[in-house]
Amino acid sequence: MQLDSKIPGGPLETKWDRHRFDMKLVNPANKRKFEIIVVGTGLAGGSASAALAELGYNVKTFCIQDSPRRAHSIAAQGGINAAKNYPNDGDSIWRLFYDTIKGGDFRAREANVYRLAMVSNLIIDHCVAQGIPFAREYGGLLANRSFGGAQVSRTFYARGQTGQQLLLCCYQGMMRQIATGQITMFPRREMLELVMVDGQARGIVVRNLITGEIERHAAHAVVLATGGYGNVFYLSTNGTGCNVSAAWKAYKKGAGFANPCFTQIHPTCIPVHGPYQSKLTLMSESLRNDGRVWVPKQAGDQRPPQEIPEEERDYYLERIYPSFGNLAPRDISSRAAKLMCDQGKGVGSTGLAVYLDFADAIKRLGRKVIEERYGNLFQMYHKITDQDPYEVPMMIFPASHYAMGGLWVDYNLMSTIPGLFVLGEANFSDHGANRLGASALMQGLADGYFVIPYTMGGYLGGTRLSEVNTSHPAFGEAEAQAKARTEKLLGIRGKRTAASFHRDLGNIMWEYCGMGRTDEGMTKGLKLIADLKGEFWQDLLIPGTDTTLNQSLERAGRVADFLEFAELLVTDALARRESCGSHFNEAFQTEDHEALRDDENMCHVAVWEYAGEGKAPIFHKEPLVYENVKLSVRSYK
Amino acid sequence: MSGKHINLTLKIWRQNGPQAPGSWEIFPAKDISTEASFLEMLDIVNEQLALAGKEPVAFDHDCREGICGTCGCAVNGRPHGPDRETTLCQLHMRRFRDGDTLVIEPYRARAFPVIKDLVVDRSAFDQVIQAGGFVSVNTGQAQDANSLPVPRNKAEEAMDAAACIGCGACVAACPNAAGMLFVSAKVSHLALLPQGRPEAAKRALSMVAQMDALGFGNCTNHKECEVECPKGISIRNIARLNREFIRAAVASTEKIPASGGGQ
Repeated sequence: MQLDSKIPGGPLETKWDRHRFDMKLVNPANKRKFEIIVVGTGLAGGSASAALAELGYNVKTFCIQDSPRRAHSIAAQGGINAAKNYPNDGDSIWRLFYDTIKGGDFRAREANVYRLAMVSNLIIDHCVAQGIPFAREYGGLLANRSFGGAQVSRTFYARGQTGQQLLLCCYQGMMRQIATGQITMFPRREMLELVMVDGQARGIVVRNLITGEIERHAAHAVVLATGGYGNVFYLSTNGTGCNVSAAWKAYKKGAGFANPCFTQIHPTCIPVHGPYQSKLTLMSESLRNDGRVWVPKQAGDQRPPQEIPEEERDYYLERIYPSFGNLAPRDISSRAAKLMCDQGKGVGSTGLAVYLDFADAIKRLGRKVIEERYGNLFQMYHKITDQDPYEVPMMIFPASHYAMGGLWVDYNLMSTIPGLFVLGEANFSDHGANRLGASALMQGLADGYFVIPYTMGGYLGGTRLSEVNTSHPAFGEAEAQAKARTEKLLGIRGKRTAASFHRDLGNIMWEYCGMGRTDEGMTKGLKLIADLKGEFWQDLLIPGTDTTLNQSLERAGRVADFLEFAELLVTDALARRESCGSHFNEAFQTEDHEALRDDENMCHVAVWEYAGEGKAPIFHKEPLVYENVKLSVRSYK
Repeated sequence: MSGKHINLTLKIWRQNGPQAPGSWEIFPAKDISTEASFLEMLDIVNEQLALAGKEPVAFDHDCREGICGTCGCAVNGRPHGPDRETTLCQLHMRRFRDGDTLVIEPYRARAFPVIKDLVVDRSAFDQVIQAGGFVSVNTGQAQDANSLPVPRNKAEEAMDAAACIGCGACVAACPNAAGMLFVSAKVSHLALLPQGRPEAAKRALSMVAQMDALGFGNCTNHKECEVECPKGISIRNIARLNREFIRAAVASTEKIPASGGGQ
């Protein structure tokens, strides 16, 4: 496996411009001769589909949901960052770039992140032109708010539904192209195999989830925008359908998987309440603009929050990180919450929660302002917990949220498989070891609207591609592989459902490879995963057949992939001999329990190559070179 | 957050495919925590069905936090169940009492054929949006985002309409199975913003024509849609759609498409 990041030379500020000039172009008349497959219709896949179709490429887009409007980007609440500097508070492209690199604990590529910061402003322009009803000031101009890890206000938002509004405009852009015939949409399809011809990605094999039919689709290039793998923890803020399967299939065909151990645990989620629970709900980080996080000073204090006087409360984020306070980055806030609970100061019936209190903000600003800012979030909290956050403090606890790791891509967003591009959360490229709030929407749209339209042309214009259609033997092989696996799954006829295996896997991952990791725990975790995988293939029960809609079969395929992927995640976590960002190995910490990086030996992207069934994956590294920022100890104090 | 446990009887619509005949089946749902969501209750029942060698009840769901619009079916005749402004995934079992019988069926509407059990095909909504529910702007064309001020109250009103999640409850609630609330929400969202005005006339005419062509019924002011909408979309949007439509039909040069609004 060759890892050539293809980062253009020269000064950071002009790399992208120069690269756009150096790339081959496809002339408008030739664009219509190319077919491009896009898998996934979240912000990255939706924007890529629309933007490529606008250029004149023939796009075939696939999603597992009933409509491209459902992808889980829709659940993003708080906002989207851009370096507009409208508030005049000191922001710049350079500052957004630097904050993102620092927030990622110096484990992301400078050139990619700089480009992200550059195009961030174009995204806001485009979104406004599409009719996104962003929040506005009384003068009619755009409003901003603050998010974790930044001391400027650069986040644009549409109430607590920013992801929804951005996704629906992507979707509307797609619908416009579907009406003209430039995009053909295939909803309720699940990618089962990637098809390679002459070492290039040339198509996919999918299952029609309604009829069970296996379909073949050929193209000149394939784009995966299939999201993250947070559901490997079973309980996460992801939608229940989110999975690693498409990325995993690509990995098994030769795409390198980068930094799988970098998984973000979001600090503000509604705590777990019972064993039947199917997901955890995020409470937007934007709440930390006005909410204050605290626990009782005394361990084991069982009094209700109203009865604990001010001087007996520990506003621990404000105490430990005075300059960022409640807006400390996610990894740091999550770990601090865990630390408090480990010390017995956790609240609620399980002791696994901390307070997020709005009493001061309501006193300062009035209930109406708080309602305007967070009304829908407060309502959501009230519905789920049956408690009114205007009256009593919210209880929150960290939960698996976002995957910084993903398929390795070069500067063009192409994986190690020629012709296979990976966008959005599914790739590893921009967030290093920890993602800052309001940066996921920015990255998904940057990749889809403003990067892939250029780099796809560069690839298609500069690559020899043979004529390939779906009767090529490679499609036959991929289809046979997909069918054989479905038959194998259905043939086990055991006694346990895929859902119950998934829950067990999640418990193992959370316990042994969650917020605090140890070598001993991870080694034990690996063993437990292997045992569970063995049991899965012995005792899986799938009711029904493969000729109709069968949600149990869909789930089983995804859990089977999660079981394999989980081993890679833990293997990667064991191999990273440091703590950085979201990855916290307890053996590597400072006296104050902060992550202790090892820049001398670990300043690299860990990339894993599939070596075959039952064989250990092969480790590769892409060294990270910092020419513009000085690696420093990340301090938010 | 400890709750209590209740026992329920579920009467659920089962249908094996679009062409298959459907029928009611009755299951007990035992020992359900009142802290569980409605969908988690279905998960528990499905797990029991699977272990008993039966096929679980198919139902659509994804985000389980009330925003993706994937879930939804009628509970005791009401789309998304009894709570106002609440999607099915956000409905919690504390809303029900021990011993209750719940009748659970798919959305019934000509434009939404049943796929299996509680799963329906809502692709007609996508086709309505294809008829004009967008601003025709290509990536890269936009001017600076702040060059066009939008009055705050207009932006807020547009946001109220844009909050629609496309779940289809409005259609299921309507005695005519009309799609007016859905269509009017999109027409309003874009008509209220300066960016949406250039195409407003064409959009209103095309989307309404497409809606009619797809088998949605007409609005006769029953207002059931507004009551059942999990996002509180107001029927004022329908009034605005009517105004936009009449204005477009009378005062604009746009033609009313003969059938279907596809471009």
